Amino acid sequence: MIILYSVATLGALGLIYGLVLAFASKKFHVEIDPKIEKIIEELPGANCGACGLAGCAAYAEAIVLHGEDITLCAPGGDSVIKEIASIMGIEASSADRKIAVIYCQSGGKDNTNLRYNYQGISTCKAAVMVANGPNICNYGCVSLNDCIAACKFDALHLDDNGMRVVDKDKCTGCGACGKVCPRALIEMVSKKKRVHILCKSLDKGADARKFCGNKTACIGCMLCVKKCKFDAIRVENNLATIDYEKCVNCGMCADVCPTSAIFDPLKEVRAKKREEAKKKAAAAMKAMAENKATEENK
Amino acid sequence: MELAGRIFAMAIAAIFVQNFVLARFLGLCPYIGVSKKLDSALGMGMAVVFVMTLASTFTWLIQHYLLVPLNIEFLQTIAFILTIASLVQFVEMVIQKTAPALYKSLGVFLPLITTNCAVLGVAILNIQSEYSFIFAILNGLFAGIGFTLVLVLMAGVRERMEKAEVPESMKGMPIAMIIAGGMALAFLGFAGLQF
Repeated sequence: MIILYSVATLGALGLIYGLVLAFASKKFHVEIDPKIEKIIEELPGANCGACGLAGCAAYAEAIVLHGEDITLCAPGGDSVIKEIASIMGIEASSADRKIAVIYCQSGGKDNTNLRYNYQGISTCKAAVMVANGPNICNYGCVSLNDCIAACKFDALHLDDNGMRVVDKDKCTGCGACGKVCPRALIEMVSKKKRVHILCKSLDKGADARKFCGNKTACIGCMLCVKKCKFDAIRVENNLATIDYEKCVNCGMCADVCPTSAIFDPLKEVRAKKREEAKKKAAAAMKAMAENKATEENK
Repeated sequence: MELAGRIFAMAIAAIFVQNFVLARFLGLCPYIGVSKKLDSALGMGMAVVFVMTLASTFTWLIQHYLLVPLNIEFLQTIAFILTIASLVQFVEMVIQKTAPALYKSLGVFLPLITTNCAVLGVAILNIQSEYSFIFAILNGLFAGIGFTLVLVLMAGVRERMEKAEVPESMKGMPIAMIIAGGMALAFLGFAGLQF
């Protein structure tokens, strides 16, 4: 008898609970867009906050419900953007990824003008607190590599001259280096943009030129502004800056910059091409002239 | 007045003297697992308070109106687990529908405590101590508060421990165990309280 009671009681309890839960799952069903879960699966799940939202789940929700930009996940990179694009059924904006750009060409062993020899705590943050930092330029890199320490992806390295170099393949554009730089010299810029004005000095032209150890300071001469056909450069407080929205990577500004403050990776290639074109033109002229001469001789 | 006194005595007993974690050694898994961060410890604590109170209510009813009349008290454990697990599931669904904000802060912790021994423990202790219905509910509430208190204290200590200079071999779990032992010793001081 007791066995019957036990089995019946537990069976009944189980049945009742089961029914209640089944009913509740219908009654209290919350509509969750299946896309959100799919996108959560695709996202790295690091909850790093690089997208500006509280974690990957929040970002996935923002994409689906509020039409948030799908390219904000820096650690995920191109592949994640493509996956999200296919889930959302929209065209990926050719996977526009941002990477770090260091806006100073000084800061190496032989291209820095020092006002004193700093021997304190070996971080940039500490160094800039001592009489405005060891280097004469108040806007330049202090070379103590807080950015390298901050990089979680091993994307920043020192070259032979002790300059910090961004590894474009490893950089995820997370912005950690930019946050720790006390001079705010590192910014995240679209990988597609190749021409940069690598100076943040607000000193007057003559001073900037004098202070810069690399002699590549922006002196605010306005030549680039005049040269730019796309109205993409502005000079404010003795410093030229590129509006990346308008810049088309033509590199004309880099050609005219008297201090080489403007960096264009293709500058030499283009200079060579121009040189060749000139030679060709000269040769053609010469040939034409010779032709003319021979014709006249006839 | 006498009732208020009894409730107060019960609160002190459940929170300090017979603390679930440090005196009864129940719910040690979340005590170590969810005590790394203060806010998650608080979230977990709130969820436990909530579930313990509910579980006390329903298990008391099950015991006194189902198991005792049918003379099958030996099914206590399994019937209680069944009840608590379904209850938590049910509550989770209701919260998700009606209070999304609460669900976000509490929701992730609810499934963790569906079959937590501390929750089952409070239900069984309520019966063993022969509490009345109201007192069983209050006991569940106070036990939950005691659990939350200890969890939050532990999380606070461990958050500071992160920045302390701990010897390499003692970092992480070993030092957490030592802290837990120290806290249990400290709480032992309440054992002298008699009502």
